[in-house]
This record gives sequence, C-alpha cells and structure tokens, in this order.
Amino acid sequence: MLSLKQISKTFNPGTVNEKKALDQVNLELADGDFATIVGSNGAGKSTLFNAITGAFYVDEGQIILAGENITYRKEHIRSKEIGHLFQDPLKGTAPHMTIEENMALAYLRASTSSHAFFSRISSKEKQMFKEQLALLNMGLEDRMKQPVGLLSGGQRQALTLLMATMVTPKILLLDEHTAALDPATAQKVLDLTKRIVAERRITCLMVTHNMHQALELGNRTLMMDSGRIVLDISGEERSALTVEDLLQQFSLQAGKQLDNDRILLSK
Amino acid sequence: MSSIFTLSIVQSALELGCIYSLVALALFISFSILNIADLSTDGCFTLGCAVGAVVTIAGHPFLAFPAAMAAGVASGFITAFLQTRMGVPSILAGIIVNTGLYTVNIAVMGFSSNVNLFACDTIFSLAKDKVAADWYNSWYKIILVVAIVLLVSVILAWFLNTRLGLSIRATGDNEHMVRASSINPVFTITVGLCLSNSLTALSGAILAQYQKSCDINLGTGMVTIALASLIIGETIIGKGGMFKKVIGVILGSCLYRFIVAVALRMSVPAECLKLVSALIVAIAIAFPYLKGQASFLKTRKTLERAGRKDGGSVC
Ligand SMILES: Nc1ncnc2c1ncn2[C@@H]1O[C@H](COP(=O)(O)OP(=O)(O)O)[C@@H](O)[C@H]1O
Ligand SMILES: [Mg+2]
Repeated sequence: MLSLKQISKTFNPGTVNEKKALDQVNLELADGDFATIVGSNGAGKSTLFNAITGAFYVDEGQIILAGENITYRKEHIRSKEIGHLFQDPLKGTAPHMTIEENMALAYLRASTSSHAFFSRISSKEKQMFKEQLALLNMGLEDRMKQPVGLLSGGQRQALTLLMATMVTPKILLLDEHTAALDPATAQKVLDLTKRIVAERRITCLMVTHNMHQALELGNRTLMMDSGRIVLDISGEERSALTVEDLLQQFSLQAGKQLDNDRILLSK
Repeated sequence: MSSIFTLSIVQSALELGCIYSLVALALFISFSILNIADLSTDGCFTLGCAVGAVVTIAGHPFLAFPAAMAAGVASGFITAFLQTRMGVPSILAGIIVNTGLYTVNIAVMGFSSNVNLFACDTIFSLAKDKVAADWYNSWYKIILVVAIVLLVSVILAWFLNTRLGLSIRATGDNEHMVRASSINPVFTITVGLCLSNSLTALSGAILAQYQKSCDINLGTGMVTIALASLIIGETIIGKGGMFKKVIGVILGSCLYRFIVAVALRMSVPAECLKLVSALIVAIAIAFPYLKGQASFLKTRKTLERAGRKDGGSVC
C-alpha cells in the first residue's frame, strides 16, 4: 500500500542547525498492515509522517502510495487519501466551528467534483454524521450544533479520528495520538482506533511510547533512531518478543539506551 | 435629549451605517474569519469609490457596482497573491497594495484628486420621486441601502455555510487542521480576500453615488472605522450562526454612526472623529485582555491574603 524508497530529509542544510532527520528510509507496508513505531525523542518519527503527508518534499527518494508516485504531489491533494492525527488534540479540529461543520469539512474529501463547492450540508449527510457520532458513545450526537471548542481533549481526539476515517483513507498516520489524554480517555480512544482500523482494514502507522502497545497492537513493530528504521519485526518473531527484548534490541541496534523517561513500560 | 436625535440625524446615521457596514463585513471575512489584517482596505475603498464614480459619470449608474466590485476583486487578488505565492507577510502585502492603489485611484479619476457626480443619474436620483408620498421621499435612500445590504448579507451568510465557505472559515480557525485535510489554503485565502475586497469596493461605489463625489483621501482610516463597527457588532451579538453574526456587524456599523452623530451634536469637532474611532477600537480590543488581567490580580490578591493567614508564602 505504501512504499518509501530511500527517502532522506535534511533540515536547515548548510547551516549550524543542519539536521539529517530522515536518512535513506526504506519501508514497505502491505495492504492492511498495522505497524507501531517506537523510538526516542527526535528519532524522526513525526518527520517520517510529515514526509508522507507532504508537509515538505523529501530531498531524495520516492514515496509510492497505492501504486501512485506521490513524491511531488501537493499536501492538500495527498490528504484526500491520508488520515493524520497529532499528539495535540487541538490540532485536528476547528474550534469555532460546530461538530457538524467540522465533519462536513472532513467529508469534503469524498467529493471529487468542483460543483460541490457551493453545496450545503444536506439533511442526509447530517443524519449520517449523527449516526457515526453515536458510535463513539460520548453523547456527541446530541451536540451537533455546538462549537468543537467546547469539547474535552479526548472528545476532540475521538472526533478527529472519526473525521480522519469517515472517508476511508489509504493510510492512517497516528502520531502519539493518545499521549496527551488522561489514561481512561486514552484507553477509550485507543479502543476506538483498534475497532475502526480492524473493521475497515485500514493500513495504519502508529507512533507510541508505550512498549506494551508497541508489541500488542497491529501486526508489525518498527523502531526508529537517528532518522533510520533500525528494527522491523513481525510474525512469529514479534509474538515471541517481550518488552525487555525490545529495549535490549534497541540498545543493540542504536548503540545507546532508549530515553527512559518517556517510555511507558507499564500497561 | 430629543434635540440630539432628530429624525434627520437618525436617518443619516442609518444610511451611512448601512453603506459602511459593507466594509465592516469585508473585515468580518478577512479579520474575523481568515485571521488576516488586510491593510489594503483604505485604498480598496477609494478604488471602489473612484471606479463607481467614473462609471456613473459615463452614464451607467447600475453598472457602477459590478465594475467597482470587479476592481475590488482584482485588488484582493493581488494582496492574496503577494502573501500566498510571493512569501510577503500578510500585513506587508496589504500595505504594499494600499500604497500602489493611491496611484491607481488617481489614475482612475483621470489624474485629479476628486471628481463629482452632480449632473448625472445615480441609483438614488433614479429612485427619488418614484412614489408620490412624503414618507417615501424622506425614506427612499434608507430603503435602497437597506435593500442592498440585506441582499449582500443573505448571500454572504448563505455562502459561508457552503462547502467553500466552511473551508474558508476553517482556514482561519485552525491551520494544522487545514493542512491535514484536503483544503488548499492558497485557494481559500485568495477567494476570501477577493470576496472581502469586492464588498469594500462596493461600499465605496455606493458612497460615491450617495454623496455625489469621490475624493482621493476618502478611504483614509477606513480600516479603523470598520474594525470599530465590527467589534461593536461582535460584542452586542455574541455567539450565534453566520446570519446572526452578519446582522450583528451591520448593527455595529449603524451604532458606530450613531455614536459619531451624537459626538458631532455635542460639538466634538469633525477633525477629532478619527481619534474617537481609534480610541473605540483600542478600548474594544484591549477590553477582554484587561478583564482577564483584572480577574488575575483579584485571584492573586485573595490567594496572597489567604497565604499570609496560613503563615505560608505563595509562589
Ligand atoms: N521543521 C523542522 N525544522 C528543523 N528541524 C526539524 C523540523 N522538524 C523536525 N526537526 C528535527 O528533526 C529531528 C526529528 O524530529 P521529529 O521527527 O519530530 O522526532 P520524533 O521522533 O520525536 O517525532 C529533531 O531533531 C527535530 O529537531
Ligand atoms: Mg514526534
């Protein structure tokens, strides 16, 4: 579904702040793959996602999504097929617009023709938005006309997830999307993520700092360090792996300790 | 008090309030919705006035409005082009266009600093005497401008709820979201600024016909006045849907004109009006911040007092 061929990205080249954030990254994701990504701060995980969404163009290499070369495609055109969630729940929704209006914006991705510009939200669509919100079990379906700014962080993140997947994306990128939420809410959003990804068989990449999640969720675990993917395990090998093994692998591969203060070893 | 609010004062405040409310609506789009301070407003207002005046003098009082709006669209497009394609910071883009427009405006008026429309037909002169009744002849100007402004409001409120309108609103509301969704901010900013500048120019063109003249310095300070109207409107309306907000902006503009009329009646010299509007804007924008500061100081005082009682310190 997604293949990254030797992509590299250097920020601020030729200055004292030069930083090689991605270094010849190769990755092949099969249709329906759900891979978790771990790695210390500054390893390049978010930069990898930003390269895929087109926040910047890569210096070298190719990005192929569903057989199409999107390396030089503009960000807003790529985003029709890519869902992207950030750690900050405030980033995914427009606070001064209503829940309904936010969902209508997300649903724009479904329309391909330009005459849809001057159409308004139809009552059929409103009904559909309502039904989808009801699945969240957060009572949001009764608050369609309220501005999103009134929702809690967890509610906003759940809504963002719904919006990102309303039109099934070719790939879903989750960048520590539960890290800023309290544990109970984080679990709720995570369960929702699992359900949606499984039901629709969405190809998914998820950054996490929780080592248990990294091994339990999905079918593949990647580890990044200094802009490279240093570990890629799946199948038998992965099921046999413990959290301790994973940490050990990291120090082996990267030649240093994973910064422990951000790593969650507990469940 | 009755001497302050004579009928003719109320009428002219309503007339001017409605005409200038289109500029406030333009800022509603650029400043409130897109979160861009468009400083080309002054020049664009004069541009609309000049184009409207020239086309009216040429004998086309109705064509004057679409012509002025087209000129406004062009001006807005250039401002948007500079900031979205040329990397010019948005405030600077507005200032640059505003400066350039001065020459354009003089040129439109045939290289003179003012023109007058005394001898030609305007929508107002055409509407006059259409109904033979006393009330009509004192109210026809208001009826006309209210009709135009209401029409614009309905179209604008409708537009802001279409998909394109929603995209424009999202662009100013959350840039991260816009980047992650399929909205092209270059496109939405361009459409938004073209739309807002077309309203500014329309306002100028109506004013040209209303006061039967156009002067090169007419637009000076327009952005501040419109901002004052916008803020007054947003304060009195508060939260609500798009149509309610649009109506609020128009009410704000009329209210601003009443304040000015009252100030004039209380013999504040006309030269001081710009200072008065600058004060209104400064106070209105600073007000929420000062309110926050005041409540912070209050909380701190009570906390400190409580801290002293407990014998501990508050950090
Ligand atoms: N836009 C940018 N400009 C300059 N440096 C950047 C930019 N984005 C990321 N970096 C740098 O690239 C490195 C990788 O960052 P990032 O991908 O955010 O790491 P993480 O794995 O924690 O998500 C960091 O050193 C960061 O400072
Ligand atoms: Mg990151």
